[in-house]
Amino acid sequence: MPSFMTQVDRQQWDVIVVGAGGAGLRAAIEARERGARTAVICKSLFGKAHTVMAEGGIAASMGNVNGHDNWQVHFRDTMRGGKFLNQWRMAELHAQEAPDRVWELETWGALFDRTADGRISQRNFGGHEYPRLAHVGDRTGLELIRTLQQKIVQLQQQDFKETGDHESGLKVFQECTVTRVLKDGDRVAGTFCYERESGRFFVLEAPAVVLATGGIGKSFKTTSNSWEYTGDGHALALLAGAPLLNMEFVQFHPTGMVWPPSVKGILVTESVRGDGGVLRNSEGKRFMFDYVPDVFKEKYAESEEEGDRWYEDPDHNRRPPELLPRDEVARAINAEVKAGRGSPHGGVFLDVSTRMPAETIRRRLPSMYHQFKELADVDITAEPMEVGPTCHYVMGGVAVDSETAAAVGVPGLFAAGEVAGGMHGSNRLGGNSLSDLLVFGRRAGLHAAEHAAAAADRPGVAQREIDAAAQEALAPFHADEGAENPYTLHQELQQTMNDLVGIIRRDAEMREALERLAVLRTRAARAGVEGHRQFNPGWHLALDLRNMLLVSECVAKAALERTESRGGHTREDCPGMDRAWRPVNLLCRPVVPAPADPAADRIALVRCATDPIRPDLLALFEKEELVKYLSEEEL
Amino acid sequence: MTSYDASFRVWRGDPEGGELRDFTVEVHDGEVVLDIIHRLQATQAPDLAVRWNCKAGKCGSCSAEINGRPRLMCMTRMSVFDRTDTITVTPLRAFPVVRDLVTDVGFNYEKARSIPAFVPPPGVAAGEYRMQQIDVDRSQEFRKCIECFLCQDTCHVVRDHEDNKPSFAGPRFLMRIAELDMHPLDAAASEGLDRKRTAQDDHGLGYCNITKCCTEVCPEGIHITDNALIPLKERAADRKYDPLVWLGNKIGRRRDG
Amino acid sequence: MATGTEPPVRLSGVHHPSRAAIAARHLRTDRWWLAPAGTAAGLLAFIAYSTWRAFANADYYAAPYVSPFYSPCLAENCVPMRNGPNWDLFGSWWGLSPALLILVFPLGFRLTCYYYRKAYYRGFWASPPACAVAEPHSGYTGESRFPLVFQNMHRYFFYAALPVAGILTYDTVLTFRDAQYAWGHMGLGTLLFLVNIVLIWAYTLSCHSCRHIIGGRLRHFSKHPVRYRLWGLAGKLNARHTLLAWSSLISVALCDLYVYLLATGAFDDPRLF
Repeated sequence: MPSFMTQVDRQQWDVIVVGAGGAGLRAAIEARERGARTAVICKSLFGKAHTVMAEGGIAASMGNVNGHDNWQVHFRDTMRGGKFLNQWRMAELHAQEAPDRVWELETWGALFDRTADGRISQRNFGGHEYPRLAHVGDRTGLELIRTLQQKIVQLQQQDFKETGDHESGLKVFQECTVTRVLKDGDRVAGTFCYERESGRFFVLEAPAVVLATGGIGKSFKTTSNSWEYTGDGHALALLAGAPLLNMEFVQFHPTGMVWPPSVKGILVTESVRGDGGVLRNSEGKRFMFDYVPDVFKEKYAESEEEGDRWYEDPDHNRRPPELLPRDEVARAINAEVKAGRGSPHGGVFLDVSTRMPAETIRRRLPSMYHQFKELADVDITAEPMEVGPTCHYVMGGVAVDSETAAAVGVPGLFAAGEVAGGMHGSNRLGGNSLSDLLVFGRRAGLHAAEHAAAAADRPGVAQREIDAAAQEALAPFHADEGAENPYTLHQELQQTMNDLVGIIRRDAEMREALERLAVLRTRAARAGVEGHRQFNPGWHLALDLRNMLLVSECVAKAALERTESRGGHTREDCPGMDRAWRPVNLLCRPVVPAPADPAADRIALVRCATDPIRPDLLALFEKEELVKYLSEEEL
Repeated sequence: MTSYDASFRVWRGDPEGGELRDFTVEVHDGEVVLDIIHRLQATQAPDLAVRWNCKAGKCGSCSAEINGRPRLMCMTRMSVFDRTDTITVTPLRAFPVVRDLVTDVGFNYEKARSIPAFVPPPGVAAGEYRMQQIDVDRSQEFRKCIECFLCQDTCHVVRDHEDNKPSFAGPRFLMRIAELDMHPLDAAASEGLDRKRTAQDDHGLGYCNITKCCTEVCPEGIHITDNALIPLKERAADRKYDPLVWLGNKIGRRRDG
Repeated sequence: MATGTEPPVRLSGVHHPSRAAIAARHLRTDRWWLAPAGTAAGLLAFIAYSTWRAFANADYYAAPYVSPFYSPCLAENCVPMRNGPNWDLFGSWWGLSPALLILVFPLGFRLTCYYYRKAYYRGFWASPPACAVAEPHSGYTGESRFPLVFQNMHRYFFYAALPVAGILTYDTVLTFRDAQYAWGHMGLGTLLFLVNIVLIWAYTLSCHSCRHIIGGRLRHFSKHPVRYRLWGLAGKLNARHTLLAWSSLISVALCDLYVYLLATGAFDDPRLF
């Protein structure tokens, strides 16, 4: 290895937040308000994070529309949705704190849709017993991001008044990528970063780093996720020595666009169904009535008439099965298409045009109306949409402490939002993501700030670490003859994951996936790019490939290990949910030291048992329901 | 599925200089301009710089000028062009260029910082906010903004006059002032901040000559001119140019419905 | 007007050194010049016609119709109109056309109107000629300084436009007479005047200042339900402000032309009953 000294700009901060979506911004606000000098670093422009894509709303049991709602009911729904695999303490904190997090947004200027008495309006959503989602039309994520962004600007204006510098206490490094979390011994010491625009390297030094990088969808071919979702935070945590939890659980959103090809995967919000949209197959049948699983039989309507009445009178009717949790609906659509009852472009029909007047559709679902009009030339007020499952969300993620969001085993590392695991168990309910961001974003920021303040001495970043990180980042420029094209590798990776570790999984296919991943790792080690470091998308992709390959290995390994079907993990060869698996978590640990041979495994899988659910929380459920989920000894 | 070869002219360069380069590139059914730019990246120009993100018209990253008109690349379907058209794609021409199709939009972030934030009403606890839908409708329309900055790009006040940049916030941020001024609970006045007056005095509302290009380019269809800028001008007129209102205020009859 | 091929005046605007180096002042491929050219042509035609008619001081009354250009007629030299809008406020010293006395108000209303401002800034000043087409001026201060800061007076012209519209309504009522001043008759001119007065009112009430005064200035619509409803109606009209601006401009000119043709004896008013 040639020895060289990388001269880089070093800056000192108290807390570094990687990612500027909902969780990252909420963490940054909290850290700064607790007095920590906070740096936010994000791959896109400030305010463009993937959170803007969230449409439906923020789940919080404020009880504004139905007074029966409270945190216990929300907790119950979350656990049910996650098939009891959730870190129950996270689900509890989430349900308890979500209303405060939503109300707080109003004090920062957010404008939610209102009820007649002037409170925040709440809408129905799959898996939620009561109308619970605070929303703004179908652009709730945008409202969330903009509110947090404007709160950050307000804090910066405050800092400007005091110090004459907007960025003295809170700075956003936009269009920058973090390639390594740097450590001093066991402790976190900072991050190694580059500016996407110039390719210039720099180092941020801090005793606390919050990962808030979102998900991994770009490892799959059909996904609702943007290019940013390359599993960076997952990989950074692994490379820093922190394990990932339950990576086999990947949520396929039931309704993504299927045509035209260039927008395949883009989300069609669940509110379409929450507001009355129905799913039909090519025979015109509302097929969801055939797919209600036993555990949900009592909760869902048995006839179309009852389902239709529910929209008007939810207290005396059961909800239509279109509003089952996402995993159930996604599987049902998958099965219909496989049985040859799909739509022309390989999906099923989602229809609102026969259910609501055109004017109502345009008012309640404005972005959907536009999305289809502009991208697919389909008028959803006049004809049905074609939809199919799309990779949407990863339930698995960095294993964290429920209270503090601290990553397991790496002092100073925190994770919040999609990159953190545990909260949603095996399947996330719609609307629980935005509330998750706020609740645990705040907790991560709070505890990161406390961690930074409590550090007796600041950790240092060794030159050796910087050199190694720089060398790793520059490797794609030094590829030899016959270098691999990163775009090609990425496409093959996406195809592999989609086909072999997708929505329906089989033992042999996952083994094949792991073999292919090993080959891809070897080829990726030779990935090369042309040109220079300024805004070079090929180079950026080559670096992101490392992360996607690591994360994909975790998903495939864990999925192969878990021999049951549960939530976002469906095995054709093990179709049933197995109570014995309920208390089992799968941890992906990095192989240390990292093997020199790129084909060798980088991940070691460890089984661990979950903490028993606290009795008072268990008491929220009926005994008959619990026996469906919990093993004998747990009961 | 059908496909054809389209002629593209794409600006390539940096602050030192650049030129429009010709490309011939394959186009498939249902594609948008951004797809074609990506195909160029993957097949002919691997280091072509372009900013994008959601690819669904929701994040406002992929702003560019297509045949001279400010647009989102992800929301411009290829089917709106003739197959024989040459499609010209350039970076936004109101902002400093960084490379190829990427511009430095820092101007907008500076302006965002210059607008005083929402002031929460004193004495109203979180959770106690009560607002009627009809009172939030107006501001909600403005909050649909995805900050693509196409309105900032097309506005001739700064597009054609670099020297106006320090004194003019641009449609997006004048609309932000309107949004806050129409917010039913904003308490700026309690801190001595008159948003109507500062819109005119500090943020250059008077530069706007309501020629409506901002409204024309808005991908969200926000009626920026009719619903934000003109009402804001009228509100500024209340404060600054209306002697009746001025007199009313002087004798203590504040009429702030 | 800019043609799109002139060389840059100086290194400003889209040719500023920091911007992407593109020589063309715009790259639009559509017929962007059509709208400003059409606007300019339409406005010029109206200006030419109305100037001729306003200075003519003749042929503006043909019982029972009075040209809207001459109503109300405020000087002694006005043609006497039975029950018509003769209000001799100025007396005999005024020797010019009486139209000039009253046209100031509608002219000012339209000159400061937010739509017409857009139209003539684009059509006559090329500021800008069309969106993303560079304007030919080297400096720009918009409506921030004298004299254009006076555009903020629009609301006063709106106030003034209300009584004028009221008087034109009165004139329209008078058209339900025949040439001998007998009530209960209608002619083709009556229909024309009716259409015109509806358009005049719609244009006046669709004004942005009106929308503001009626309700736009309120912060809490919920506390003012009546004004909120009125604001909603004004908003609906306001969305058609451009259309109303043009159609009322044309209808007012047509009414005048109709009176002129009757007064000069070009043809007789076809009576309906």
